[in-house]
Amino acid sequence: MQSIGEAFGLALQLVASGDGDLLEIVLLSLRVSLTATAVACLIGLPIGALVAIGRFSGRGAVLIVMNALMGLPPVVVGLVVYLHLSRSGPLGFLGLLYTPTAMIIAQTILIAPIVAALSRQVLEDLHAEYAEQFRSLCLTRLQTVQALIWDARYSLLTVGLAGFGRAVAEVGAVIIVGGNIDHLTRVMTTAIALETSKGDLALALALGLILLVIALGVNAAVQSVRMTAARHAHV
Amino acid sequence: MSDTALPLATKLKDAVPAAPLMPLSVRDLTLRFGETTVLDGLNFDLGSAGCTMIMGPNGSGKSLLLKLLHGLMAPTSGHIDWGGQDPQAVTKRQALVFQKPVLLRRSVAANIDFVLKTRGKDRGRRDALLDHVGLAHKADQPARLLSGGEAQRLALARALATDPEVLFLDEPTASLDPASVLAIETIVRDARNRGMRICFVTHDMGQARRMADDVLFLHGGRIAEHTAARDFFCEPQSASAQNYMDGRLVV
Amino acid sequence: MRKRALGAATLAILLAGQACAQDQSIIVQSTTSTANSGLYDYLLPIFQEKTGIEVNVVAVGTGQAIRNAENCDGDVLLVHAKPSEEKFVEAGYGTSRTDLMYNDFIIVGPEADPAGVGGSDDVQGALAKIAEQGALFASRGDDSGTHKKEMALWSDAGVDPTAASGDWYRETGSGMGATLNAAIGMGAYVMTDRATWISFGNKQDYQIAVQGDEDMFNQYGVIPVSPDHCPSVNTEAAQTFADWLVSAEGQTAIAGYTVADQQLFFPNAPSN
Repeated sequence: MQSIGEAFGLALQLVASGDGDLLEIVLLSLRVSLTATAVACLIGLPIGALVAIGRFSGRGAVLIVMNALMGLPPVVVGLVVYLHLSRSGPLGFLGLLYTPTAMIIAQTILIAPIVAALSRQVLEDLHAEYAEQFRSLCLTRLQTVQALIWDARYSLLTVGLAGFGRAVAEVGAVIIVGGNIDHLTRVMTTAIALETSKGDLALALALGLILLVIALGVNAAVQSVRMTAARHAHV
Repeated sequence: MSDTALPLATKLKDAVPAAPLMPLSVRDLTLRFGETTVLDGLNFDLGSAGCTMIMGPNGSGKSLLLKLLHGLMAPTSGHIDWGGQDPQAVTKRQALVFQKPVLLRRSVAANIDFVLKTRGKDRGRRDALLDHVGLAHKADQPARLLSGGEAQRLALARALATDPEVLFLDEPTASLDPASVLAIETIVRDARNRGMRICFVTHDMGQARRMADDVLFLHGGRIAEHTAARDFFCEPQSASAQNYMDGRLVV
Repeated sequence: MRKRALGAATLAILLAGQACAQDQSIIVQSTTSTANSGLYDYLLPIFQEKTGIEVNVVAVGTGQAIRNAENCDGDVLLVHAKPSEEKFVEAGYGTSRTDLMYNDFIIVGPEADPAGVGGSDDVQGALAKIAEQGALFASRGDDSGTHKKEMALWSDAGVDPTAASGDWYRETGSGMGATLNAAIGMGAYVMTDRATWISFGNKQDYQIAVQGDEDMFNQYGVIPVSPDHCPSVNTEAAQTFADWLVSAEGQTAIAGYTVADQQLFFPNAPSN
């Protein structure tokens, strides 16, 4: 049995050697998942905000759907995106299948509901505090949303982080729409899946450890931003 | 004071619409929550100037009355008539300072900027407003790190930034030290003297004496007494007001 | 501000798409065994050096590779399931099929050899024995070339293992590597192509139990996707790649790929 200790050694070795392929994979992982997170925030935040402050019929149903979509299976998302982007699919003419863009699209679909649902919660809580004051000031709905998003920005960072965490860790969607093509669409998770299927469990685990360290790094960066903000009572 | 007075308010022709909000006429105003009647058929009029202190024991409906007058809530029945104006347009011409100031998670200056911007006011007035409430030196500090008195002064500056014709205050000095209370009262009195109509909820008898032109005394959801300040404090007409001042009135 | 951010995001997406829009690149829909064994890592740099054509490999099961190619999501198909490949060409999805190379399938099992089939070169007899003993057997169960071959062998042995599915016959529904990992985890026999086995890194106590039967021959074929069916294909580059693979140079290169001093694939393209 290949030991976890061996994986640690291998991970250190990989990082220390400055392996070019590894760097390429790591950078692509970050590029795809960070872009997907950014786009998902652009889509999910306004939706979350509208549901947070809106009082419309069917709101309860929208909430249930939003929360349910948080559990979208990555493979299903991958499949649906594949069917659309396939050359024989409705968007095949774009030639996006097996590109990082396709992976960004799939991950965006995967995490936009997470961003929407979690930011809805954050903004609704803040709105409960601000609502009466804002009504007294006669703010428009747009002004209210803008103010809420701005004032909740540090909490929303955590929401973005949750989305990023899900995106960077998923394999089911990107392996279908990206194809795990070497030097083109291979990311950390698909590389881990590949090494596992080759039976190279130590290498797979080593890559997993590196992914974990990257996730830790991103989290630590966001956390330090939040701490700074907390000192200034912006949280 | 004269050097700050000018930029404190937007130029008169921009700020004050042709038809004034005052006088206020309230008829049969009733508010119920389910089986509970909070306000029970209030009838009163407020003249066009001065400072009305709204008093009464806890739970007498003072804060809810302010919210109804400000248009933040709808009554169960009855009418509120602000100088015959469209009720929809009234809120924007008034401001309300809450007991616990709700400040944005931003700097002191940004809290004022926000209101000036969203209400389309002259952004250049910010420094004068902060100076007026004695917070100019704290402009860049986070609003949520202010002391209670400073926070309430900022809330007051924010209310003034909207050039309200009517200013509602809901126990703004309830938990403040004497110096802060005095600072707030000075600012409010200045606003009153410049023609702003003030409706001020308080439990502080001394404050009521210092500030009141007239007193509206609520008890059990009804108006027990509405008289000029001097009459109220010298010889209250209602037993409940008398008991309240003696500290013997319980709900 | 919001608008500008949106614009930037759109631009980022477009730029990301640009990265792979080079003319001289093709996508090969391939079976996993050729990719997992490292053959492409060895072959493709040689080909790219010579032609400048970049070859991107999508490695999936044969069944999925064929379906992807039918959807026009590839320029070349390289799999190992001859009947399906011929159907693919007949249906007009591919221009023509050429034998490329072969390796062979083997059955591997735990050292303990519970069915007593170790050292056999009679696959039908071995499978019948495994079924008789009810020894655990892991199957891909994923409509891949290997799975199709395995089903044909069971049929020849006169056994319908799917009747025992979930009992001693375990269908993983996964790729070769995942199935090997699963089989080794539960101590089951499993059929694999030799190339994958040789380069597989998690063998533990597993050994080759059955090998050398001519019925376990594993033929790979190469098919350029037809431009008549898929106008989007890079016909010229696809044909160049297919031609090179079956050329003397390509065949020599295939024969030259070894892992642990063992040749994994044996070129057998018809010489013209």
